[in-house]
Amino acid sequence: MNVQIWTYLFVFLSFSLYIGIAIWSRASSTKEFYVAGGGVPPLANGMATAADWMSAASFISMAGLISFLGRDGTFYLMGWTGGYVLLALLLAPYLRKFGKFTVPDFIGDRYYSQSARLIAVFCAVVISFVYVCGQMQGAGIVFSRFLEVRIETGVLIGMAIVFFYAVLGGMKGITYTQVAQYCVLIFAFTVPAVFISLMMTGQPIPQIGFGAELTEAYGGGYLLDRLDGMSEALGFATYTEGQRSTQDVFFITAALMFGTAGLPHVIIRFFTVPNVRDARRSAGYALIFIAILYTTAPAVAAFAKTNLINTVSNAEYTAMPEWFKKWETTKLITFDDKNGDGRIQYVGDPTVNELDVNRDIMVLANPEIADLPDWVIALVVAGALAAALSTAAGLLLVISTSVAHDMMKRSFMPDISDKKELLYARLAIFIAVIVAGYFGMYPPAYVAQVVAFAFGLAAASFFPAIVLGIFWKRMNKEGAIAGMIAGFGFTAAYIVYFRFLNPSIDNAENWLFGISPEGIGTLGTLINACVAIAVARLTPSPPVEVTEIVERIRLPGE
Amino acid sequence: MSSNSANSYWKSNLKIVASLLFVWFIASFGAGILFVDALDSIRFAGFKLGFWMAQQGSILVFVALILVYIRLMDKLDAQYASDNADEITAQSNSAQTQKEVNQ
Repeated sequence: MNVQIWTYLFVFLSFSLYIGIAIWSRASSTKEFYVAGGGVPPLANGMATAADWMSAASFISMAGLISFLGRDGTFYLMGWTGGYVLLALLLAPYLRKFGKFTVPDFIGDRYYSQSARLIAVFCAVVISFVYVCGQMQGAGIVFSRFLEVRIETGVLIGMAIVFFYAVLGGMKGITYTQVAQYCVLIFAFTVPAVFISLMMTGQPIPQIGFGAELTEAYGGGYLLDRLDGMSEALGFATYTEGQRSTQDVFFITAALMFGTAGLPHVIIRFFTVPNVRDARRSAGYALIFIAILYTTAPAVAAFAKTNLINTVSNAEYTAMPEWFKKWETTKLITFDDKNGDGRIQYVGDPTVNELDVNRDIMVLANPEIADLPDWVIALVVAGALAAALSTAAGLLLVISTSVAHDMMKRSFMPDISDKKELLYARLAIFIAVIVAGYFGMYPPAYVAQVVAFAFGLAAASFFPAIVLGIFWKRMNKEGAIAGMIAGFGFTAAYIVYFRFLNPSIDNAENWLFGISPEGIGTLGTLINACVAIAVARLTPSPPVEVTEIVERIRLPGE
Repeated sequence: MSSNSANSYWKSNLKIVASLLFVWFIASFGAGILFVDALDSIRFAGFKLGFWMAQQGSILVFVALILVYIRLMDKLDAQYASDNADEITAQSNSAQTQKEVNQ
């Protein structure tokens, strides 16, 4: 059996499983559709949260980004895990105790205001929508490379699957498919890592192999020392040393952490468990499941970079293995023989360098570069699809609940029946899938970049509004609204200014305090909080019913 | 329910959260970013300590922090439940109080 057949087999089996689960867990009421009936056990919710959270970006791109960023790649690792500590300690238990369906529900009720609710709906839809386009695009790339269909066909298949179980099962269908998707994706990520670690260091656990000595065949010596040495010799930055300024790394890490804690599709997962105690437990499970991938990723990054340099550096172009040619046809690897010697010069100096490797292919190409068995390569494909589809489904649900529940039911049509609301929720997912699919097929050039900014926007809009709403009783609607507008507006303006209007001056000299647009969400968060507190001090206290809500959610119990 | 025990529950909760977040900050922003170069002078196996904290250690600390939090909050919840139960027995003669407890 070759790679192609294995891939079809794994993708077919995993997709049948998802569809089977969707049919078994159809939703019949809005409570089932929005929060899976509120009866998901914490272990299952932990897995679902992990799959929901780990997107195409975590699975496909992150290890590749780290292998090119070296130590600076740390902000992804710490940012996307450290946010769970904030989520577990500052948000999840209280929001579960509050006991509604969505983030705008909380903002609207806590700030006793339809405008606050609608601003929250706007932020939630923008953030989720930007994010979901990236997932569809990721699924399209994987389909087109490994199943050799056109990207459009790939996106269509992805859309059809997500549509099927999201529309049928709502949160209930999504939760249980995410549990299955977590198992597929974590297996697919760790198996090749274990193989490669064994091969290169004789150590089966990648987290340990990462700091171990290379085997004789690879020339001995500690892996990281070797990688540092090779990088320096070729004129690249030293792998284990930082290149970016300390304050920039600090701000990017913080933006990713606050953003993680403020992303609506992650927060709503904690509404699905039976009680507060289970909300805390499922945050713990979720981070354990996420940490398995996130501690493996930096090891994969170091292995992949070492392997890549070993394979291509100064090698004959005609002697390149099959994977090299295949990725060349997708233009994700490009070789330009500048000095005409027929060998690949892969070096740090851009005027001499002849090879350009897209960072996104490191994880996908890794098993091929390491010459692993065909079924492992096929497994990685199934894993990447699981990661993209599980996250897409979670995001689509946020868009659907925001429209059907927060906009229709809670704002404009308070009298509609449960059945009607359910119909609107399904209709909203339907439209969102189609629009997201369109942008997945014909991505505007900036989609991939914008995904990273979704975090900054989530951090600068939701995080302070929710945390202050829980921890400061005096916080009122004027403060929250002013804070959200200031934080979201500032962050969006800074990003648009540097990335889209004036990309030529997008460098450390012109940045405010040396903070890149990726890290500006941290400053946006601080601005949001300061504006909110200042405005709240100058305006009347919230009504007594609202302070009673705050007192209630602070205490344990149902 | 008694506002006294509710107050002390909230205060203990804040104390737990604040001390865990202190550790969170030191392990990530401290060891992984601000003092990473200083820690790099210490080596174990093939790792420099600062680099290891940034790419592995901090994540393990995060997991440990949530597990500790779950434990401490379970204990605090149990304490709160038993405090409230004591008060209920002490005041069970008063129908008025009983009614408040039920709310």
